[in-house]
Amino acid sequence: MNLLRSFKSLFLLELLGGMRVTGRYLFKKKFTVQYPEERAPMSPRFRGHHALRRYANGEERCIACKLCEVICPAMAITIELAERDDGTRRTTRYDIDMTKCIYCGFCEEACPVDAIVETRVYEYVGEERGDLLMSKEKLLAMGDKHEQQIAADRAADAPYR
Amino acid sequence: MIELLQSLLQWLPESLQVLAIILIKIVVILAPLLVAVAYLTYAERKIIGYMQIRIGPNRVGFFGHSLWGLGQPIADAVKLMFKEIVIPSGADKFLFIVAPMLSMGPALAAWAVIPFGDELILADVNASLLYVLALTSLGVYGVIIAGWASNSKYAFLGAMRSAAQIVSYEIAMGFALVGVLMAAGSINLGEIVQAQSGGFWTWFMVPLAPLFVIYFISGVAETNRAPFDVAEGESEIVAGFHVEYSGITFAVFFLAEYANMILVAMLTALMFMGGWLSPFQGLPVVGDTFLAAPSLIWLLAKASIFLFLFLWFRATFPRYRYDQIMRLGWKVFIPLTIVWLMVVGAVIMAGGIGPWLH
Repeated sequence: MNLLRSFKSLFLLELLGGMRVTGRYLFKKKFTVQYPEERAPMSPRFRGHHALRRYANGEERCIACKLCEVICPAMAITIELAERDDGTRRTTRYDIDMTKCIYCGFCEEACPVDAIVETRVYEYVGEERGDLLMSKEKLLAMGDKHEQQIAADRAADAPYR
Repeated sequence: MIELLQSLLQWLPESLQVLAIILIKIVVILAPLLVAVAYLTYAERKIIGYMQIRIGPNRVGFFGHSLWGLGQPIADAVKLMFKEIVIPSGADKFLFIVAPMLSMGPALAAWAVIPFGDELILADVNASLLYVLALTSLGVYGVIIAGWASNSKYAFLGAMRSAAQIVSYEIAMGFALVGVLMAAGSINLGEIVQAQSGGFWTWFMVPLAPLFVIYFISGVAETNRAPFDVAEGESEIVAGFHVEYSGITFAVFFLAEYANMILVAMLTALMFMGGWLSPFQGLPVVGDTFLAAPSLIWLLAKASIFLFLFLWFRATFPRYRYDQIMRLGWKVFIPLTIVWLMVVGAVIMAGGIGPWLH
């Protein structure tokens, strides 16, 4: 046994075996995704930038139940509410601090009316202080802009919920 | 070529003419060498990337074309040149600046005696093998002085490791070269190559196979390359002897390391693989065609095989533990070379076997 080991190490057999492996990998297909030009495939469950949705008639979904605010582990959501003239509960303030958010998706799961959702948008920056503090207007605008994609993603994921 | 230069330099005084021609020769050797060093770093990143299923640098190119990232080494060099040289407050300023030059100097000076062909040589010294051996071992002073002058624990540890390692491997390397000079009967590199002519089976890598392997592995250890890079050991002692270096001083260390790699690859090709001799020499059919003619291209091709091996090693092997390096050097390589030297000596005394060792 010992003799065999000495033979192996004297003729560098193990080392040559290792070099064979790396030599094979030299010609393998590369996994690199050339990011700005190419993108990796994305799941409909992707958790990116938040958005507030509206119903088809333009009414905002959020009913200010504050479940998202409660469940948020990073305490990134701040909600204030008031009764509207027609007697429904609506938010007067819905802020998400994107610098606190950990993109866990709990707010989305907690929401009884699918109002707060996370979109596929992940390339966003804040150029000034406060740019990443999302207000209700910004979130609603986000929802209006991406409604088609958001709705398609919810539909694709619906069978598993 | 030389005559043309001489006629162009007629207007200079006699003694200056010789100097000017030598200077031109130095430039002709060093300029391609430095370009080769730059593109060796590119090749290294690319090949190691490919072995790790990545594609390596591929963005920096020329004139708006990315060209597989061929502009990368130039961008790196320019960046390093414009960076600040930070000298630590506790450092020995003079030695700190001198150390990179000390490691660069020998790495370039050794090229003076490297023959590129029958006539293509800067200085045809009789003892060129000894000269090369002396200069490659001088290179370690750059590393030691850098480690000491930095006044940093990591740098000092790296320098000490490097010193001990190079002392141990110098012996095995020296013994391997003794085998070569016994077989060739000369310590002139050009004559060593001539002694190997006949066909690829008379190259010294065949009769001196163990010495060939040991020489190349010691060469890897001498140049502080993976898996013998304990002097740098980025995972243990950050970057070893050059932790404190930045900007162009760091670039010079880098340059010296890669110039040394090319030197070791070149020497291995010259001493064991028949240098500029063609592998087709002496073969039945192709032996009479142009393929069998000795040429600089063969030398460069052989050297690039070894350079590729350097990179392949780095992509494959984890770093040796320090005591394993010492064990390999003292308990394996030195006994093995001594045994093979005795075998070679005995065969030479007996008048050689087959085509070998007459």
